[in-house]
Amino acid sequence: MIRLRNIRKAYKTGYTQLEVLKGIDLDIEAGAFASIMGSSGSGKSTLLNIIGILDEYDNGDYELDGKIIKGLSQTDAALYRNRFIGFVFQSFNLLPFKTAQENVALPLYYQKMDRKKRQDLAMEYLNMVGLADWAEHLPNQLSGGQQQRVAIARALITQPKVILADEPTGALDSKTSSEVMELFKKVNKEGMTVIIVTHENDIAAMTQRIIRLRDGVIENDGATASSSS
Amino acid sequence: MLDRDTWQEILGTIKKHKLRTGLTALGVFWGIFMLIFVLGMGKGLENGVFRGFGDRAKNVMYVWPERTSQPYKGFQPGRRPKLRLEDITAIRQNIPDVQYIAPRLSLGSVPVYYKDIGDSYEVRGELQDMIRIEALQLHKGRYINDLDISDSRKVAVLGQRTAEVLFGEKDCIGEYIRIKGVEFRVVGIFGPLQIKPWTESDLEAVVIPLTAMYRTFGTGERVDYFICSAAPNVLVSTIEPQVRALLKKRHHVAPDDPQGIGGFNLETEYRSVVNLFGGIRAFLWFVGIGTLLAGIVGVSNIMLITVKERTKEIGIRKAMGAPPRSIINMILAESIAITSISGYLGLIAGTFVIGGLNYLMMANNLEPDNFYNPQVNLTVGLGAILLLILAGAAAGFIPAIQAARVNPVIALKDE
Repeated sequence: MIRLRNIRKAYKTGYTQLEVLKGIDLDIEAGAFASIMGSSGSGKSTLLNIIGILDEYDNGDYELDGKIIKGLSQTDAALYRNRFIGFVFQSFNLLPFKTAQENVALPLYYQKMDRKKRQDLAMEYLNMVGLADWAEHLPNQLSGGQQQRVAIARALITQPKVILADEPTGALDSKTSSEVMELFKKVNKEGMTVIIVTHENDIAAMTQRIIRLRDGVIENDGATASSSS
Repeated sequence: MLDRDTWQEILGTIKKHKLRTGLTALGVFWGIFMLIFVLGMGKGLENGVFRGFGDRAKNVMYVWPERTSQPYKGFQPGRRPKLRLEDITAIRQNIPDVQYIAPRLSLGSVPVYYKDIGDSYEVRGELQDMIRIEALQLHKGRYINDLDISDSRKVAVLGQRTAEVLFGEKDCIGEYIRIKGVEFRVVGIFGPLQIKPWTESDLEAVVIPLTAMYRTFGTGERVDYFICSAAPNVLVSTIEPQVRALLKKRHHVAPDDPQGIGGFNLETEYRSVVNLFGGIRAFLWFVGIGTLLAGIVGVSNIMLITVKERTKEIGIRKAMGAPPRSIINMILAESIAITSISGYLGLIAGTFVIGGLNYLMMANNLEPDNFYNPQVNLTVGLGAILLLILAGAAAGFIPAIQAARVNPVIALKDE
């Protein structure tokens, strides 16, 4: 599903170049449930941005579902993000003036689906995450765990190739954290590729594979105990 | 572009920042209001001045005889040709671009009486068309008509002041007055369109058919002077030389004599006033648009701040797959919505004030010199609306580009 070859990325800061990714080779197959770990500055955010087509890379090759992702125009990048990738963020990032249902339907708006159809579909996905009764609520009327479930429904609604979750439990207490992780597991069981960026070991342990980054290279890549279960 | 989601978002942001949006909208409101108000007042000034010209005066020429300055065909210089009624027939036949010809012969001040009330008034002999050319209006009854001319009827049309002096409040139509002792039946009352020092004489005139004047007072078929109007779409300045040349020929005046047949038209003066108002109008547009521009810069500024505030939201949208185009549309729609709604209100307010002013002036019969019927015409209104939409787009342009450039990576950053 995801194939990275010798990915390099550097940021210019004044006169010096700061190399953040120093040649990443990574394969993540369809249906995987992986986590990317690393301390801050390890390059994990940059890697996530590249996988999520939010940022460009300088060197190497990136293939997503067989398509080479390189040098896209802004419009094409937006199209690929819309079709291929579902984002889940640490701070949920729901639009505050839209109801739960409208938030879930938002990605379909950019597919120019008509309102009635996308609202119906959004309801279906809200039902799947167990929040059908909260469809008309605004984000600030929902708890953190509920908001993150709405965000997951939003990520899933376009039936993307990959779910990219950036510290999805970072703002949640441990009980809701495990609820959210259960939801990711369920989604993964149904065949979705899920990649979680985290720095919490117990969260990473719930995935099947942990990729550890350090100073812009992959330091360690291996299956976890839960992968056999 | 303006679907329900867009509206929802526009309303959402406006509701969040009522005061800020309100103040911005006020700038555009005021800009359009001033534009409309200033243009309306300018139009009032213009209408007032052009009314002074009379309805058709711009298309009118005056012709009169004067002493010749050159000998010609055995005639000595210093002779004064006499214009005659046949000259008018000749002009009608030879110069098709002349529309109306209205001659006038004055008896001078003669006694005019109704019963035993009377005074000296200027008695004029005319044909039926004078009221069509000069800045005159009929107050009551009718003017002289074709039958009066052909039958040399003894009828008279009174200037409004003459009618007042002779008849007071009494209805004068059908009554008989005596001009130099001869009875004439009153058929109408007329007066100048506007009372000005140079139209005073029209107030006190008594007009009778030219033919009746010839027959009754033995003046001979003379004419003091006459007024011609050019046919529509013909410039009077092209007619004047033709008319004068024809008359010179008929009265044996040397063709190159600058005198002999005098002529004058208001076209040049009219043109210069038209140009003056063209200039004034351009200036008013300039001022109005300048005010509007200030409003637009205000909107643009606010939109920039809005974009800055919504950076995170825009980043999220882009991460969700919003193409740059849809972000641009979103910002433009908001900008256009703010400018058009506030501008439209300004348009209504401006029109209302101008209309109200006009109404008050009409209702109180106020007719100041050089100001009449201030108005905003439809073209200006439609132009203003178009301007607003363009203005909104212009105001939103830079902020929209800014928004489209937001890096979606922002969505992943947590403050």
